[in-house]
Parts: sequence; structure tokens; C-alpha cells
Amino acid sequence: MSYKTILFNVTDGVAKLVLNRPDKLNSFTAEMHKEIRTCLKVIESDDTIRCLLITGSGRGFCAGQDLNDRDVSADAQSPDLGLSLEKNYNPLLRRLKALEKPVVCAVNGVAAGAGANIALACDIVLAARSASFIQSFSKIGLVPDSGGTWSLPQIVGHARAMALSLLAEKVPAEQAEKWGMIWKCIDDEELLPEAEKLAASLANQPTKGLGYIKRAINASSTNTFDQQLDLERDLQRIAGRTQDYREGVNAFINKRKPKFVGQ
Amino acid sequence: MKTYEDILIDDLGHGVYCITLNRPEARNALRTKLLAELADILNTLKIDDSCRCIVLTGGETVFAAGADVSEMASMNMMEIMQDERPKYWKTITTFPKPIVAAINGYALGGGCELAMHADIIIAGSNAQFGQPEINLGIIPGAGGTQRLIKTVGKALASKMVLTGEFIDANTALSVGLVAEITQPELSVERAIELAIKIAQKSPLAVQHAKACLLKSYETTLSDGLSFEHETFVMLAGTEDRNEGLAAFLEKRNPDFKGQ
Repeated sequence: MSYKTILFNVTDGVAKLVLNRPDKLNSFTAEMHKEIRTCLKVIESDDTIRCLLITGSGRGFCAGQDLNDRDVSADAQSPDLGLSLEKNYNPLLRRLKALEKPVVCAVNGVAAGAGANIALACDIVLAARSASFIQSFSKIGLVPDSGGTWSLPQIVGHARAMALSLLAEKVPAEQAEKWGMIWKCIDDEELLPEAEKLAASLANQPTKGLGYIKRAINASSTNTFDQQLDLERDLQRIAGRTQDYREGVNAFINKRKPKFVGQ
Repeated sequence: MKTYEDILIDDLGHGVYCITLNRPEARNALRTKLLAELADILNTLKIDDSCRCIVLTGGETVFAAGADVSEMASMNMMEIMQDERPKYWKTITTFPKPIVAAINGYALGGGCELAMHADIIIAGSNAQFGQPEINLGIIPGAGGTQRLIKTVGKALASKMVLTGEFIDANTALSVGLVAEITQPELSVERAIELAIKIAQKSPLAVQHAKACLLKSYETTLSDGLSFEHETFVMLAGTEDRNEGLAAFLEKRNPDFKGQ
């Protein structure tokens, strides 16, 4: 299948999704959303895919919504931005969070608006040293979306979340790493090889177990400590029945390298 | 035990039988054959003393996505009038032993109605409940308008029945449609755990407790209280009651015989 706005391929258990409108800083259009939905369906249902890597082509990662995709001339009716979120962005964010496989994001350049928040919703975020994150919404009278108002207070705290959102100040990758917004900042030329190495290694881990970890960590924000203990009990019970758990313990005892199959 | 095509029956021991809806290719759509088989097995288990409690499930991904629409489309009004389905539903409605349902994924239309026939619903966190019949120009036909409103209240029942919108497991829990939410992988075993617990009680007390609970749908409070009192008095004449009280006083586990 060929796509117009993205590149998508699967190699050795890693699905690589590249936002591919470099002349528009990979900004989102309705068509790009549609193409990503098609890919996500494959990623969700194909058990041989055990990790998702998202990155952008060219100098930017993603500039968020393509503003040219909308008519805001004085005599035009206001576009329903809520509908756009409901139909396009929110399902994408929900699916990335719910995907029971690790999602690695390699932020290769500027990540602005929804582009920043989609990156921040991924499980492990690597960013090129020249990359930056910016909540550009307030500059055009909008509210951070794609989960930004939830993710930011979670990962950088209230004060920084508020200031970043109100001021739309740019956060360079190094700063983002210092603040704990992302996992690692990496030299530009090293970013993609490093991200691919990480994704390839994740694709050989106990995928089910990683999925349960994701479920547990994501649930923690709304759970009490007691609820989380119950959840850990339940997920551990399920994890203990996987083939990879047996393999892991067996390999450990026999001092050999485990061979996980993702089941 | 007889084998069926649209459902699976497992004797789990401990007095518990598990019925699994088994048309995965049709997301367990409740075609007439499936309902007939369900009614048939329930008629058998009703009079089988080795059965104390039922677990009803559709498996890990879907409970039942509704009626079989193509089957329905082939019927005219006269055929619907003479349809045998209400007879099968009646068997499920009047089944005297407790049913614990483990619901994962969609419980829609007839699937939601079937779920509501259970005495206890355990929902996987991926469960969704809905009565989307209105989208097809029809209405729920197996108690969906009546049981839903009594369970979740007028506002939510009306929203579901009039718009066809679904509710998720959390909403279902908050309004009392389901008793618990579990991880999807664990709903069946949690249902079995509860079923085993029920199966260890006095079967007489359990069946009459179920009858009293369901009576509340039919009566005023004072009539319901009278019914409850009569049942309470009647159970005082059973050996199980003597055994239960004696075991409690002697600090041992009771051995109920169903007498």
C-alpha cells in the first residue's frame, strides 16, 4: 500500500511510521489522519508487529495541524475544531495510549502544537539536540490539544505546564530532557540510528508484559495507591501466564539469552 | 451432556457450569438457533441438581453484538408475531438459579438484553453496552426498554434507547448495570470465582433470594416485603437453614444438602 503523506514499513517486528510532508513541516491534514488510521489498524491487529517507531522526514518532526487546511476568512463560517479533534486527533491519541506495544518517538526537529503533544503521548521519546517542543496554541487563541493539557502537568508539573501553554515558549530538546519531558536528547546524526536500535531491541522483548506495564503506568494517574496495588496483582496474574515469562525465567536460571516471542 | 453448535458448555465442577456464546465469526450475534440452544441447556440445567450456578460469557473480545440482522430482515410482521424467540427468552428469564455474566467487548442490542438477564455482571474494562436498535428503525425486543430503565434510570436508559449511543464499563459500573470491572483477561475467572461462592451456599436459599430480588421489579414495596417475609418463614422449615445456623454456632463450614 502506498501513502501520500506518510511512509510506513514493517521490518523485523518494528513498524516505522514517518510523517512525510517535509515541505509543510509534516503538519497534519485530514488525509494524513486517514492514512495513519489505516496503519494503526495494521499495527493493532498484527501480532508480529511488536514495536512502533514514529518520526518525521526533513528538518521538522511535526508542526501540528496544517492551518492551510482550514478556511478562516472573515466571511467563512467558523470551522468546528472540536469536531476535528473528536474525529481525527482524539482517536489517534487514544489508540497510541491503548496500543499494547511500546511506541518510540524520534523527534527529529521542531514539534509544535499537536505535533508536540502527539510526541509526548508516546511511550519513549528521543529528540535530536536541534529539536524543540512548543505549545503554539495560545498564539492563535487556542487551547493545547492532543492531550497536552493532561500530559504536560503530569510530566513537567503545574507551573511549567501552565507557563509553557500560556507563553508558547520553545523548549529545546536538552531542556526537555532536563525537565523529564522526554527520555533522552541525542546528537542529530545519531537520533535515527539510536531510535531504530531501541525499537529493534524493544521488538524482541516480552511484548505482552510491556503492554501490561503500559496499562499499569497509564492507569496510575487516576488510581489511588490501593487501586494500583490491585491492578498490579491482576496484571501480574495475567503476565505470569505468558509464554515469555516462562522463557525469561528459564533463560535466567540456565544463564542463557532469552528468546522472547511476544506471547 | 449434549453438545451444541452456537454455544459451548463446560462443567467446571463445584456446581458451576460455564456457557460460552460461540459464534466468533458473527461476533456472537444471537440468531434464533443460538437462543434455542441456550434455552435448551437452561431447561436441562434447571432440573440438574449438580448445577448450582451458571457463568455466561462470550469470551475475551466480544459478548454479543446483537441479534442476527440478516435473519431479522428475512421476517415479516406475521412471522415476527409467531416467532419462537420470546419463548426462548422466557426460559432465560425464568431460570431459577443464579447467572453470573462475564462481559468483554460489545454487549449490544440483544447482547445487552441477554447480559441484563444475568443476576450479576462482571465487566472487562473493554466492555461496551448499548441498545442500537433505533438505528435500524426498530426498538429493543427482549426487555431492553424495561430492564434497562429499572437498572440505570430514566435519563441514561432513554439516551441509550433513543440515540443508540453506547456506554463504557466505567459508566455501567457507576449506574449499577455491572457489579465489578476487571481486566478483560480476568472477567471470566472472576465470574467463576463468584459463581463457586454462590454454589457453596444453600441452593434453596440462593434460588429464593434470587426470586425475591427479581420480585422487586414486579411489585410495590409492601407486596415485595410480604413476599420476602413469606419466603423467609418458608426457608425456616428447611434442613439447610438448621445446618447453616448450627455450623455458624459451631464455627465450622456448613454442609448444605438442598433439603
